[in-house]
Amino acid sequence: MTSPHLLLALQDAVPALVPADTAWILVATALVLLMTPALAFFYGGLVRSKNSLNTMMMSYVALGFVGILWALVAYSLSFSAGTPWLGGFSNAFLNGVDLAPKGTIPHLLFMAYQGTFAIITAALISGAVVERMRFWPYVVFISVWLLLVYAPVAHWVWGGGWLGTLGVLDFAGGTVVHINAGVSALVAAAVLGTRKDYGRQAILPHNVPFVLLGAGLLWFGWFGFNGGSALAANGSAALAFTNTFLAPMATLVVWSILDTVRTGHVTAVGAATGIVVGLVAITPAAGFVSPVGALALGGIAAFPSYFMILFRSRTRLDDSLDVFAGHGIGGLTGALLTGVFAAKAWGGTDGLLAGNPAQFGKQALGAGASFVYAGVMTFVILKVLGLVMSLRADQKSEGLGLDVTQHGEEAYSSGEGSILVLPDEIATVPVPVAVPIPATR
Amino acid sequence: MHLIVAIFRPEKLNEVLEALYRAEVRGLTVSRVMGHGGETEHAETYRGTTVKVALQEKVRLEIGVSDGFVEPTVKAILAAARTGEVGDGKVFVLDLAQVHRIRTGERDQAAVTPAVKVGA
Repeated sequence: MTSPHLLLALQDAVPALVPADTAWILVATALVLLMTPALAFFYGGLVRSKNSLNTMMMSYVALGFVGILWALVAYSLSFSAGTPWLGGFSNAFLNGVDLAPKGTIPHLLFMAYQGTFAIITAALISGAVVERMRFWPYVVFISVWLLLVYAPVAHWVWGGGWLGTLGVLDFAGGTVVHINAGVSALVAAAVLGTRKDYGRQAILPHNVPFVLLGAGLLWFGWFGFNGGSALAANGSAALAFTNTFLAPMATLVVWSILDTVRTGHVTAVGAATGIVVGLVAITPAAGFVSPVGALALGGIAAFPSYFMILFRSRTRLDDSLDVFAGHGIGGLTGALLTGVFAAKAWGGTDGLLAGNPAQFGKQALGAGASFVYAGVMTFVILKVLGLVMSLRADQKSEGLGLDVTQHGEEAYSSGEGSILVLPDEIATVPVPVAVPIPATR
Repeated sequence: MHLIVAIFRPEKLNEVLEALYRAEVRGLTVSRVMGHGGETEHAETYRGTTVKVALQEKVRLEIGVSDGFVEPTVKAILAAARTGEVGDGKVFVLDLAQVHRIRTGERDQAAVTPAVKVGA
């Protein structure tokens, strides 16, 4: 069986709406949309307070810009008929995206559901460039990235493109979402360069409870992400849902043990990270592996990401919130282990353990192709953007924090020393009230 | 003996601490304060409310030193806290009438000299 996303793209002929399927995908769409605000809390808690609003806004703004571009152009490029490399423009501007069935749900709902994936994938990248990237260049970057990176890769795997046709298994987006975002994040961090304080002073999370809140809400939303990817209210959805329930538990347990062995404590930031890594890893496998396979996959997935985080923090590569270790490595582990644990009896193609090593090879090819394409394209997009606008905030803004300099707001303002500006004075601020006179001797 | 009080930008705190460490100045107190040094105010907007933020976050460092340490301490702070922009802060040097070390009851010169030389 191929991925349900692909199946739907290929089986437009089936004409009947199924109310139960429609109801579940309506709910799942809302669940996945919630993951973007959840990500804002996860990332927002991990940065310093002076950059917390900026970091959260990097996720929230994707809801607007990426969402609109998805509906107008990127949906068509991803899911309409085209070449094996890219879809066409037949569904551009929502042309032909109506209430008629796509599979067993309304076409319009399918578009909205897939849109929530595009939004969070773009937002995921922000974790690599926080605390230093200017806001508008970031917005332009994720918009262009959606069209030039996300849409083609989504088409390759789910939209009838070459990887899907080849038989690469990606139930809910291990390749399209996580490898894609993780590699792009790695390259973006390298192009942007390190934060000025990186490696010179401790940069600590300003609100660990936010990190835990974000991880919890991500898990909740992920039931829609994986469970909804069956695109029906059926056994496959139940399997994906249950595997999404089990795999992060195993990752959390293994992560806690690794943390204890290394530091003597189970850390809260570690627990939150472990949950997210488990969710990432089970994503491509959710509807293809047995529940016990999901537990094994979740447990194994803790190791590569855990040690990548340790290794990365000793380098000069400032992937600030470890998007690559979490999503790139987690997604890669999940995509490869899908090829190991997938079982025909549970809805997948047989994998390595069931005596089909070729599936492992296909998984590696799919992951590798996305890895290279996303990396190269992100580099090109950022280098070209860097020619026409400055990507980084200047040193002074970075010191003051991006909340004040990019947004003119503070996350935790006491109001002390704030002078109310009356409406007729607004045009005159900001003004220097007291210009010091140079000392004369 | 002198009390050195320095007020400067919070983002420079790490650099100042490092400079003081290199100057072998031990024993200090840091507090977060609000202040205004004539720098350009920035505007913030929350829905319909626009405000000028007149008071900026600063840090205040207090160090009691013996006479020989005044010069190196001030030099270290001046070099590390400077950005060249308005709002870098001030260093004040005050005379001290008395100093007592609470733990030992030592006073004055003995009380501002590190009890155990670090690294010795």
